[in-house]
Amino acid sequence: MVEHRPLRDLVAYAVLSLGILIFAFPVYVAFVASTYDAATVVSGNLPLVPGGRMLENYYRAVFVGGSRFMNEPVGVLLLNSFVTAIGIAVGKIFISILSAFAIVYFRFPFRKTAFWIIFITLMLPVEVRIYPTYKIVADLRMLDTYAGLILPLIASATGTLLFRQFFMTVPDELLEASRIDGAGPLRFFWDTLLPLSMTTVAALFVIQFIYGWNQYLWPLLITTKDSMQTIVIGIKKMLTTTDELAEWQLAMATAVLAMLPPVAVVVFMQRLFVKGLVETEK
Amino acid sequence: MEKSVVFNGKLLPYLLLAPQLAITLIFFYWPASQAIWQSFLREDAFGLNSEFVGLENYQALFAQPEYYTAIGITVVFSSLVTVLSLGVALLFATQADKNLKGGSVYKTLMIWPYAVAPAIAGVLWFFIFHPTLGTLARPLRAMGFDWNPMLNGTHAMILVVMAAVWKQVAYNFLFFLAGLQAIPKSVIEAGAIDGAGPLRRFWTIIFPLLSPTTFFLLVVNIVYVFFETFGIIDAVTSGGPAGSTTTMVYKVFADGRLGGDLGGSAAQSVVLMVIVIALTAIQFRYVERKVQY
Amino acid sequence: MANVTLRNVRKVYPGGFEAIKGIDIEVGDGQFCVLVGPSGCGKSTLLRMVAGLETISSGEIDIGGRIVNAIEPAERDIAMVFQNYALYPHMSVYNNMAYGLRNRRIPESEIKTRVEDAARILELGTMLERKPRQLSGGQRQRVAMGRAIVRQPKVFLFDEPLSNLDAKLRIAMRVEIRKLQRRLNTTAIYVTHDQLEAMTLADILVVMNGGRVEQIGNPLEIYQKPATTFVASFIGAPPMNLMPIEGVRAQLLGADAVPAAAGQLGIRPEDFELGDTVPAGGIGLDLRVDAIEHVGAETYVYGARQDVGHTDSLSATANDVIVRLPGVASPQIGTRIRAVAARAKLHLFSADGRQRLSV
Repeated sequence: MVEHRPLRDLVAYAVLSLGILIFAFPVYVAFVASTYDAATVVSGNLPLVPGGRMLENYYRAVFVGGSRFMNEPVGVLLLNSFVTAIGIAVGKIFISILSAFAIVYFRFPFRKTAFWIIFITLMLPVEVRIYPTYKIVADLRMLDTYAGLILPLIASATGTLLFRQFFMTVPDELLEASRIDGAGPLRFFWDTLLPLSMTTVAALFVIQFIYGWNQYLWPLLITTKDSMQTIVIGIKKMLTTTDELAEWQLAMATAVLAMLPPVAVVVFMQRLFVKGLVETEK
Repeated sequence: MEKSVVFNGKLLPYLLLAPQLAITLIFFYWPASQAIWQSFLREDAFGLNSEFVGLENYQALFAQPEYYTAIGITVVFSSLVTVLSLGVALLFATQADKNLKGGSVYKTLMIWPYAVAPAIAGVLWFFIFHPTLGTLARPLRAMGFDWNPMLNGTHAMILVVMAAVWKQVAYNFLFFLAGLQAIPKSVIEAGAIDGAGPLRRFWTIIFPLLSPTTFFLLVVNIVYVFFETFGIIDAVTSGGPAGSTTTMVYKVFADGRLGGDLGGSAAQSVVLMVIVIALTAIQFRYVERKVQY
Repeated sequence: MANVTLRNVRKVYPGGFEAIKGIDIEVGDGQFCVLVGPSGCGKSTLLRMVAGLETISSGEIDIGGRIVNAIEPAERDIAMVFQNYALYPHMSVYNNMAYGLRNRRIPESEIKTRVEDAARILELGTMLERKPRQLSGGQRQRVAMGRAIVRQPKVFLFDEPLSNLDAKLRIAMRVEIRKLQRRLNTTAIYVTHDQLEAMTLADILVVMNGGRVEQIGNPLEIYQKPATTFVASFIGAPPMNLMPIEGVRAQLLGADAVPAAAGQLGIRPEDFELGDTVPAGGIGLDLRVDAIEHVGAETYVYGARQDVGHTDSLSATANDVIVRLPGVASPQIGTRIRAVAARAKLHLFSADGRQRLSV
């Protein structure tokens, strides 16, 4: 390292610490707001230290629900979010690892075509084809179902490309050794390729879980019943009202709960998260 | 890049591909082609009949002053978010690249906002800058500054930009840090021996070597601002006040749903598709170049 | 135990590139056959065709009396050791060896016996539960060997199995492989680009170049009587000195004693001596000493011929001659020496180098 000077390190610590405080500030305020009663929050004089209503607010948010603006308690929404996020992550991994295996390890007519059909989906996010997709899901009677929340979002190329990239790094000799050891394609996939892919699977899971959890526009459109909403949508609905009447303390408790799972995933699975993020974007 | 060693199989590869192809065709190609088709149709007020009107939806779209406003807003919004989030992230990344003690803790504390949903990021910032109850809005108003993002379009734009930047810095930070750490230390040491001071080293050695990362992030950030910030805008301003935060994507949503103008909304979707395809094409050219290095 | 016979084997890739241009080899039961040649000569391709990993464009491969052209690798009764070992990284040493046996539905008790036997022979007994990444290079190499042994195949195939090891380990493993193969008495085909490895391991040595066989025979015979200039310069280190015969024909007592077809003369570096008198029918070359390498037991002298015009002394040209002297000889750089060789030490080749002529 060039010029490892104490002063420069001090500057670095200062800049980073300041940045971290700015980053944390909105979340801290939300947390503080979630520990007071409605009157204190609405008064506009929110203290900067947590109050004593934390347990009550979170209990109400999770199990009872808001009094006026929301029929479903957050517990249900959390469950919906978990099912959706895990469904998207697992679904994407399942379809993409199989298709990548076919594309990398076989030669067959229309192989390139199949690859391009999948590849082009990279270019068009759900936002630009939102209403026709809505119509199809409606025609398939999948509004207000988990299938409707999940299936349209797993049609994407990222997973296939990621696995393809990983498979290309698996030495050819492993396949040859397997052939000499008498393993066919499915046995090679199950006994060798899948175990070797576990890190990639985990990294993709982490990224897709966050992606699925944080979906907004799609669940907003296709859920009409409150009982099928995800938690991210729920917060928005809690605030869609004359805001003086909104139960901000419950909304903020919900926001904290909505952030917790994906943030925990990033913090505790940081290595997988970084790997997934960097490699899916290559 | 192709494997030279493969399996023989006639039916198996198609079976393996079937799930993904089915989902892609049903939920991707069919709706995308519908969007294109609808952009040439006009529905009556009840949505019962539709007739082919050729390019009329496009002509109507480009005759709308609101559409140009939305384009302008999108350009302002994306430039601000992209430049600010890249700049802030680069500042933090260069500091974090200094082999500090506890560096990994700092890294974790920098990247977690990535995991926060855009809509929630919007709600958090809306809360602290809420004109009457916001923790930070009150000091502003106390200083005599008439802060009100619910009425003032510029204030609303500042608010959504802050929320969008707050969430995106984490992502850019991560890639910049990786880019910085990939620069061989010997190159920087050679610069030091050649008599370049720290600042000069940054601008003449580090920054140019980082340019592939920067370019990549530029494209990714523009795409991010176009699409993922939808949640922020919907949660914070719903495109208001008076359309001052209605970006192109938000307008697709608003016109199709609230206005019921599916043809016009579809035409806007197609315009967006073209933009994304162009951005992606640029990105691929960059990727190709990177492969050649 | 089996003979392996290759009859007019060819490999043409879809693009039209002919990698193997018609090769016949016969390896007897229990023999150790080494394919050697520079990279790109087709030796690995040929081995992979025997293994069944590459298709055969034409010709036949016969293992133990059975034509295997259309038979899957797993059914050919062969075992292969790869250059990078190709161990399954997620499986323990035990499972790496057992995997192929399990796929063939051999009873678990039998597998256990075979794996433990192999582990004992290869001194891997204490490592059976480890993963490949916890092993050193030499240990991994032995696991790859073990995986081959437990199958009790008719033929062992080795694809440059030692090239990932450091020099010292390479020599130790070379000896081990040879001992093991003798002990198991299993036919083996071994690919390498290292001529020393080839010389020391082979019962039958096959020198390949450009998809063809240059020479087949036992290693000493090939060393002593290389059939072409390619073999002459590939086998032996430092390589044989080759020079156009024109400049020296007059020296070779009675020019008519040399066949008219002879175009090139070869002399191995160790066949030179320093001296003033040229032996009868032999040759003497005046050299200016350009460089000297002492390696302890012997000394290599790089000399530039003085009887023909030469250019820059720093570049190796056709006029440079390497002379190997025993012990620590010390001619001074820049001085003149005379290197002489006896008639019996000379090799004569046709002008194109494709044919060996009697001296």
